[in-house]
Amino acid sequence: MREMIVSELTRAMQELVKDFARFLPRLIVFVIIAFAGWVIAYLLKLIARSILRLIKFDKLSENAGASQLLAKAALPPSSELLSRLVFWVAWLGFILLGINALGIFGLQEHISRFFLFLPRLFAALFIMFVGLLAASFFSRATLLAAVNGNLPSPRLLSISVRAVIVVFVISMFFEELGIADQTVLVAFGIVFGAVMLGLAIAFGAGGKELAQRFLEHKLVHANGDDKNEDELSPL
Amino acid sequence: MLKEVSTPERTGALRTDAKLAEEGFLTDDFVRQLISVGEIDILVGLPTHNNAKTISSVVAAIQSGILQSFSRDRAAIIDADAGSRDGTPDLVVSASIDDVRRRDSNRFALRTLHSISMQYGSSPARGIAFRTILSAAELLRPRASAVFSPDSTSIQPDWLRSLLKPVSTEGFDLVLPTYTRHKFDGLLVTNLLYPVTRALYGLRIREPYASEFAFSSRLGSHFLSENSWNDETAREGCEVRFTVAAIAGGFRIGQVYLGAKDPLDRSAADLVPALRQTIGVLFGSMESNLSVWTNKTGSQPITTIGADQQFALEPRRINRKRLLDMFRAGVAELDSVFQSILAPSTLAELRGIARLEEEDFRYSGELWVKTVYEFAVAHHKAVINRDHIIQALAPLFRGRALTFLLENRTASAAAVEEHIENLCLEFERLKPYLLELWKDRE
Repeated sequence: MREMIVSELTRAMQELVKDFARFLPRLIVFVIIAFAGWVIAYLLKLIARSILRLIKFDKLSENAGASQLLAKAALPPSSELLSRLVFWVAWLGFILLGINALGIFGLQEHISRFFLFLPRLFAALFIMFVGLLAASFFSRATLLAAVNGNLPSPRLLSISVRAVIVVFVISMFFEELGIADQTVLVAFGIVFGAVMLGLAIAFGAGGKELAQRFLEHKLVHANGDDKNEDELSPL
Repeated sequence: MLKEVSTPERTGALRTDAKLAEEGFLTDDFVRQLISVGEIDILVGLPTHNNAKTISSVVAAIQSGILQSFSRDRAAIIDADAGSRDGTPDLVVSASIDDVRRRDSNRFALRTLHSISMQYGSSPARGIAFRTILSAAELLRPRASAVFSPDSTSIQPDWLRSLLKPVSTEGFDLVLPTYTRHKFDGLLVTNLLYPVTRALYGLRIREPYASEFAFSSRLGSHFLSENSWNDETAREGCEVRFTVAAIAGGFRIGQVYLGAKDPLDRSAADLVPALRQTIGVLFGSMESNLSVWTNKTGSQPITTIGADQQFALEPRRINRKRLLDMFRAGVAELDSVFQSILAPSTLAELRGIARLEEEDFRYSGELWVKTVYEFAVAHHKAVINRDHIIQALAPLFRGRALTFLLENRTASAAAVEEHIENLCLEFERLKPYLLELWKDRE
């Protein structure tokens, strides 16, 4: 009996050692891949940081309004954040490659899904960044045009333009990521419709007199009855 | 569309720049008409677009000027039209010099006057119109060329002689006008364009953005080849670009007094396009002419033929409250934009004067100069979209214009001139501040 137990234990130990001996090279490969990946990811981070500084990405980000958002969230500047993202995505990619090399059953499908998801993630981030830039550009253009056109509430107009674009961009961002497509679509429709309805009601109720004054000014001016004072001729 | 075309006398080989035709910029018909004209002595360009109301009187004044002063010269009127729908090109080419002769002169033109029109597009673009006129001059090789505003209501026949003679006989390359204007007309020129051009480039050119001017073929060819015509921005404000090119190229520049100029029918709403075409172009020129303006200190007068700039003083009602309101609204609403452009101390001062009542309101020369220089550097660095920077200057300009109105409400012509001169000296005095900012931002 005792001999049988010892024999079974010995066989189990031998199997374990054999398995470990079979697994060890793969573990070493994993460690090598992870270490090489870390080095490559670190280099990629340095390269990305240099390129982003060269193209003055922080300035672009500031113009887009992204820097202010990051500062409020106590996050590093956008070029640093993006270069860190490059590092982690690259290193995570190498780690997953290493895990793949370990040959653990069931993980491989998830790993390939992750790699398929990466282009969509970058596309979504790109959409978000360009969208924020566009929102910033058009809201500022609206603000300047409203101020120079002597329109009432220029900032409200500007914020409205920004809000509409940002809502649109966020819906595109989630759609690109494939997260809750239908929910986002419905939510976007509700938010957009609510904003438009709100604006229509606000303009109808609050802007009645404004619209009246505007039309009066335009019509009276067009009839040439408002010529009491000279306008400045800049040139 | 040729009028009174005769067999051209060819005193020399006609310079045909095949490149222009190859590029397809000039239409074949236009080139054919130019070639049939041959070499000429005087060229007058008109950049037109729906100017039927005024173009006949402008062309009549030009023809009368040719009869009076250039009757022995071969002359051509080139109409660069932007697709007028009111028959403007027809009015230009059908205007007969004989009508002018019968009406107010017994002189005879000893040479043929050619009138040619080319439609360059379907919407107005001053740069393309000017390029058309320059290209025509390149082919026809006149001794002197001039451009006149097609909507001028104050043009006189002797303006032609005044502008063209210095080029054709005295060796000037660019002759710009000075006028008698109301003291409150052209505030963008007197408070911004003239002082900045003078401080940057060291020449006292009163009208850097001229609607009437004359130039030599030498300068025309230089500008035609040097200017980047494919650049969209080059199509705006070509007048200022032309003046700066003449300064930077070391061409001989003069100015001539023409007389009274009626204000163009422009409302305050046109301020932003005016800023784009003038100060926007001037700011843009600073990068390409860095070595020219950074070495200049002070300023020199240029040759002025006739009187200096004159001011009319009749009372005029201007809505000062509106100017103040728009200045205040600009300072309040554009605070976030100004934070990207202006130094904190400048912005703080602006916030301070925005709180003042009209009677106490004063946007000092020094503060205005600092504002403009900080805008110039922000434009250079493109801290935000450059067009937005120019648009953001408009409400501040209104504040400065209001100060000018208040300072000169009862001022004599001499006092107005003194105020403008003081502002110019302030721009020159603070030029090191601009250089310092420029260097810092580099």
